[in-house]
Amino acid sequence: MSNFFEKSDLSRNNAENIISDTLKKCDDGELYLENSISENILLDDNKIKNSSYSSDLGFGFRAISNEIVAYSHSNEISKNSLKQSSENLKSTLKSAKGTYNHSISKSNKKYYENINPIEQKTLSSKIEILNKVNEYLRSKDNNIKQVTANFNGEQKSIEIIRSGGETLSDVRPLIRFNVSVMLEKNGRKESGVYGIGGRQSYDSYLKEDNWKNVCDEALRIASVNLESKPAPAGEMKVVLGPGWPAILIHEAIGHGLEGDFNRKKTSAFHDLMGQKVASEDVTIVDDGTIDNRRGSLTIDDEGTPTEKTVLIENGILKNFMQDRLNARLMNTRSTGSGRRENYRHIVLPRMRNTMMLNGKQTQDEMIKSVDKGIFAVSFGGGQVDITSGKFVFNCTEAYEIVNGKIGSPIKGATLIGDGPSILKEVSMVGNDMMLDPGIGTCGKAGQGVPVGVAQPSILINRMTVGGTKL
Amino acid sequence: MVKDQEYLKKKASYCLDLSKKLGASDTSVIVNNSISETVNFRNKKLDESNRSDDLGIYITTYIGKKKSSISSSNLLNDNLNILIKKCIETTKNTPEDEFNSLPDKDLLAEEVKDLNLYDESHIENNDKIEYLKRLENSASDDKKIVNTESSFTENKSNFILANSDGFCDGYKSSSFNASSITVAKDEKSMERDYEYTSKCHLKDIKDAENLGKIAADHSIRKLNPKKIGSEKINIIFDKRIAKGILNTFASAISSSVITRGTSFLKDKINQKIFSDSINIFDKPDIMKGLGSRSFDAEGVKNETLKLVEQGILKHYLIDTYNGKKLNLKSNGRCGGASNLYIDNGKISYKDLLNSNSKSLYITETIGHGSNIVTGDYSVGATGFLIENGEFKYPINEITVAGNFKEMFQNITLANDLEFNYSTNSPTMMIEGMIVAGK
Repeated sequence: MSNFFEKSDLSRNNAENIISDTLKKCDDGELYLENSISENILLDDNKIKNSSYSSDLGFGFRAISNEIVAYSHSNEISKNSLKQSSENLKSTLKSAKGTYNHSISKSNKKYYENINPIEQKTLSSKIEILNKVNEYLRSKDNNIKQVTANFNGEQKSIEIIRSGGETLSDVRPLIRFNVSVMLEKNGRKESGVYGIGGRQSYDSYLKEDNWKNVCDEALRIASVNLESKPAPAGEMKVVLGPGWPAILIHEAIGHGLEGDFNRKKTSAFHDLMGQKVASEDVTIVDDGTIDNRRGSLTIDDEGTPTEKTVLIENGILKNFMQDRLNARLMNTRSTGSGRRENYRHIVLPRMRNTMMLNGKQTQDEMIKSVDKGIFAVSFGGGQVDITSGKFVFNCTEAYEIVNGKIGSPIKGATLIGDGPSILKEVSMVGNDMMLDPGIGTCGKAGQGVPVGVAQPSILINRMTVGGTKL
Repeated sequence: MVKDQEYLKKKASYCLDLSKKLGASDTSVIVNNSISETVNFRNKKLDESNRSDDLGIYITTYIGKKKSSISSSNLLNDNLNILIKKCIETTKNTPEDEFNSLPDKDLLAEEVKDLNLYDESHIENNDKIEYLKRLENSASDDKKIVNTESSFTENKSNFILANSDGFCDGYKSSSFNASSITVAKDEKSMERDYEYTSKCHLKDIKDAENLGKIAADHSIRKLNPKKIGSEKINIIFDKRIAKGILNTFASAISSSVITRGTSFLKDKINQKIFSDSINIFDKPDIMKGLGSRSFDAEGVKNETLKLVEQGILKHYLIDTYNGKKLNLKSNGRCGGASNLYIDNGKISYKDLLNSNSKSLYITETIGHGSNIVTGDYSVGATGFLIENGEFKYPINEITVAGNFKEMFQNITLANDLEFNYSTNSPTMMIEGMIVAGK
């Protein structure tokens, strides 16, 4: 764990006094300290293109009075700097007359080890694997024109000091291994990307020749795309494969169930609590407690232990995801969903690992039931307009379905739907739930945080496919 | 106050000296400091204040043709000592790349041009609050507006770029930004839209009342949208979407994707990739320009480039590393384009709307639907149906798709270019795109 006061003229005692003094008439707030180190090794175009290391240190000081949040952050952990931040917060909250809420739940559970993944594997052994990846792929297929592979490792240490000196801390490892290939055949270029990762050491993912599976999958996706034909345009049935396609759930439903949008009544779901929002086969949870997953957290960025939050149960809307601020203003409790990208940003209610749970049908039954539609297996990114409820995501591997059979692969196309109504269009839920491989980053208000998703195969009765073939 | 040049230079030269002492043959360093103060309003009340004070240092060390880099926000010498040592160690263990080097000395900028990028005015939070009050009163004037969120940010930054070939320069810049997001509601629908303004100088930003009214009008006109059928149709992209298409073009001519072969515009120099009338410029020396700069992220001087002339691609955006790979000199585009714009077309905005009996006017797109490897484009969209030059009704939950290779050849522009952002385009019509709806 980092000792944030070690090389500073600011002692822990000084800091605690400034915090308690600044927050005395506030409803909530804390000093958040963060020290993170990260490493990126990139192979591209047959060479190690980049080896970089970064260390980031800073604090964010937050004070909340009623609905108003005052925030100030700096890289300099010093008496002067913290006092300046304190003055800044006080000037915004001149008329604060609240009572500080000291209550915060506690738990001894931990969902990942306290390790530094960067130091657990030497630079030269990481470079060696990247070179092997390059050779392996280029020897596998003559059409390969480009291979990019990289390792990203990170260790983030945080400490939260609340008014009165209560202290909470966490050390979070995170790694990611990614491979992308580009194929060229008869003048046509297509690419394929695959990656794995989570909150463990590199070797937990790369044992034996596991990296080959990642290469094979990236190459397989690119090869499928090389044979793809233009995607259809218009409304049709869509079967989603298990695992990563659950970003549909994340975009279409997840964001609309975050506390802030519902407190502000800008979400299409804000007045639907307790109502039927999906067909009864649909149960969706947001779970921060799965061991070593990318979206898991021992405590959130306000110090609240994470949990498994049931969002939709058998089609009924049960809970929103809450941080402390929105929970207080909506008279409920934090679900341990308060997150921030780093000390530069304010806390927002965010998703962790968002999962649709198993139903009873098989993927086969779904495909067989479709006369004309598409089968979407993998996706790039997605996005949602919370207010209108419209969301999109981009297929990176998809096939047409003709008369109950999977047909030719189709080119990447955007799918668009309506969040509140899409769940009612889910007519079959599969029994093959899968977690994604650990690659998701969710963006909200300019802040990116690691997340996970999971789902079984599902059949959606009606979605608009944004292809070019009328 | 943002750190002065003297402090930043001292840090930079400390790093250059230490790197050399520890065995670097070449080094480059960027040190920057940025201070912003933001006030946010929601529904006519103060919602959030945010002050940020960011320090950063980025060091790249070379040992011959080996290279590695580090970055940190902790500028204490104790920390820098550890990091530079680590950087040199990593450099030694990183394989050689024959194209790694500092920029050619004769390409380095000789001066910092006075582009009027810094306005020292400071606007106190109380004055920001006054501006936002006026903005939100104006934005919520219409009863259909049920939610407003607005923000005012003042930013001041300063940086130094130094390298072991003796380059050492930098300058201050400022920006003042205001934005407003409004939510409009009627019996059947709820819609959100926005407007924003961003300028180097405080006195140039949009008037608060005007900004609020535009944001409100944008949301209200989207109410009660319809979904239309799938068809091939001419699309008119609002300026704020057209500039995004221009940015995609810029990323497809970046020398890094050209050398890697992962762009649909590879090997297209001196070929006609746009309609005849299209001229695209990148001009780094616009006074008070949001993308203006005296030199690029490596210290290389940059001149105005006519990237596309009469539809023909003339230049890639080249940095030192990829330039050496392409056997071309850097044109000062490390970090991308500066102030990028398409020149005006020949017809008025009104005539553009009138040029078809039926077209779609797109005001917002969502999704990451631009593939620069294949040129395929497919995004979610909202906008309006236009018939005989008239806005008929709002539309949503559609996608717009095509391929840039064909789209670029089918562009007609209005003559309504304005310089509001770092990338600017007139209103843009692209013929024959595919819309997927019902």
